[in-house]
Amino acid sequence: MAVIEAKDLTKRFGEFTAVDGISFEVAPGESFGLLGPNGAGKSTTMRMIGGTGLRTSGSLSVLGMDPERQGPEVRASLGVVPQSDNLDTELLVRDNLIVYGRYFGLPMREVKAKTETLLEFAQLVEKANAKVDDLSGGMKRRLTIARALINDPSIILLDEPTTGLDPQARHILWDRLFRLKEQGVTLVVTTHFMDEAEQLCDRLVVMDQGRIVAEGSPAALIRQYSTREVTELRFGASRNEALLAELASLAVRAEALPDRVLLYSDDGEALLEEVNRRGLHPLTSLVRRSSLEDVFLRLTGRSLIE
Amino acid sequence: MRAALSGLSSGRSWAVVERALRAIGRMNWLVILTGFFEPVLYLLAMGLGMGGMIGSIPGPDGRPMSYAAYIAPALMASSAMNGALIDSTFNVFFKIRFSKLYETMLSTSLGPADVAIGEIVMALLRGALYALGFLGVMGTMGLVTSWWALAMIPVALLIAFGFAALGMATTSFMRTFQQLDLVFLVMLPMFLLSSTLFPITVFPPVVQWLIMALPLWHGIELMRQLSVGILTPMTFVHVGYFVVLGVVGAIAVTLRLRKLFLR
Repeated sequence: MAVIEAKDLTKRFGEFTAVDGISFEVAPGESFGLLGPNGAGKSTTMRMIGGTGLRTSGSLSVLGMDPERQGPEVRASLGVVPQSDNLDTELLVRDNLIVYGRYFGLPMREVKAKTETLLEFAQLVEKANAKVDDLSGGMKRRLTIARALINDPSIILLDEPTTGLDPQARHILWDRLFRLKEQGVTLVVTTHFMDEAEQLCDRLVVMDQGRIVAEGSPAALIRQYSTREVTELRFGASRNEALLAELASLAVRAEALPDRVLLYSDDGEALLEEVNRRGLHPLTSLVRRSSLEDVFLRLTGRSLIE
Repeated sequence: MRAALSGLSSGRSWAVVERALRAIGRMNWLVILTGFFEPVLYLLAMGLGMGGMIGSIPGPDGRPMSYAAYIAPALMASSAMNGALIDSTFNVFFKIRFSKLYETMLSTSLGPADVAIGEIVMALLRGALYALGFLGVMGTMGLVTSWWALAMIPVALLIAFGFAALGMATTSFMRTFQQLDLVFLVMLPMFLLSSTLFPITVFPPVVQWLIMALPLWHGIELMRQLSVGILTPMTFVHVGYFVVLGVVGAIAVTLRLRKLFLR
């Protein structure tokens, strides 16, 4: 049975439709991703799952309950990691965890024991008595995630968990999230980082302008919306566009960007040989595997939407 | 009706109070103390200083009382108001608009009613703390003449409750720090006119009615009656005023928090 079940979920703010009739299910223990550009409706969807955003229409069930009508009950089994850290700056690091646990009505003894475990999990034992304002960005993020675990949630909602972090901090975080997944916790992640989605998500939906435009595992989405490999060629700004027609005939799909031409095919090396055989001689060339980023850009476009 | 009220509370306001107590431990105590000293300074300056020139003045039962004894209960009521309002306006504003504290609380299993009651109780405790300290000063100065004065402590709690709920409900509508200055704009005239330093009988009837509609006048009259142990039917009107103010305010805060953060 699905732990989250959304059907025709819609959210309007006045005239603006933020989420436009989306349907999806999340299975227990699954790591589910919501991908999309800014303004696609990811965070709004997250807020509705947590019951802090009210839906305009459609149905939504989280752990068999309606988050709108049974907010406190639903949130008792939910861990929420919001987009921007909202730690309690009036409290020390350790107290942030203790107090948050008390919000869930957990007994003090239990909360204290859990707090020490979580400080270790978040690698913040040495910072336990520090002020929140003195933590680095990565530490704050880890504390926010640790805080979301205090009530042993069965679902964790992570809204852009690693935005603004350096590569080291991101990898530590991914590692921690992966451990949670191994413990059987269901993860719901929004992100616009494709590598993050590939790292974390078993299955994902791509959202654009409030709608779901694609759904599947990262590998399946690449198979469906892209080719196995991509050949990137640079001929110099003036020639890229001019050569597009000829190059397109060699590939499954071709795309000219201002600085390079992208050729989608199942064998990029063979394609590159053919290009050279025809005497087109690009200035630089690169053959790589197709990534989720190719899928994402194909589905949601390359121009800024804002 | 059930649907409208569902999800408002999980009955854990105490967790909100507990958080505030932990935060207070790390606060600047000087800020807290200034709120206490203000009415004490008034008592010394007005009560002893000016009181010496004024002599005695008719009390709640018509019998004469010293000027210091006349204004002391009024200052105690104001003290409860100060503490409750400072906490429920400036501190609450910061938590709503900047630290996102309530938003965070509401993403746990706390409901808006838990947050509202917890924060009101905290503001109330601050008001009560000021009032209690002030009662101590009054006792030391020999201005407490009836055992009824002990009832001034729960009454200080009640007054603080009413003002805390009112303050927090009002603050939930404010968007900028400038708008918060309105709080002082209301507090100061209310303090000066609500029979604090002189009876309202000096005003024309229309002004008197206006003052009698404001909460502080009820708090002051109530305190003054208790300080000398005189109870009249009006005593219950004063008590009722604050019970209604507090309850209506707390409901308003709950609904406002829901509107602001659960939408």
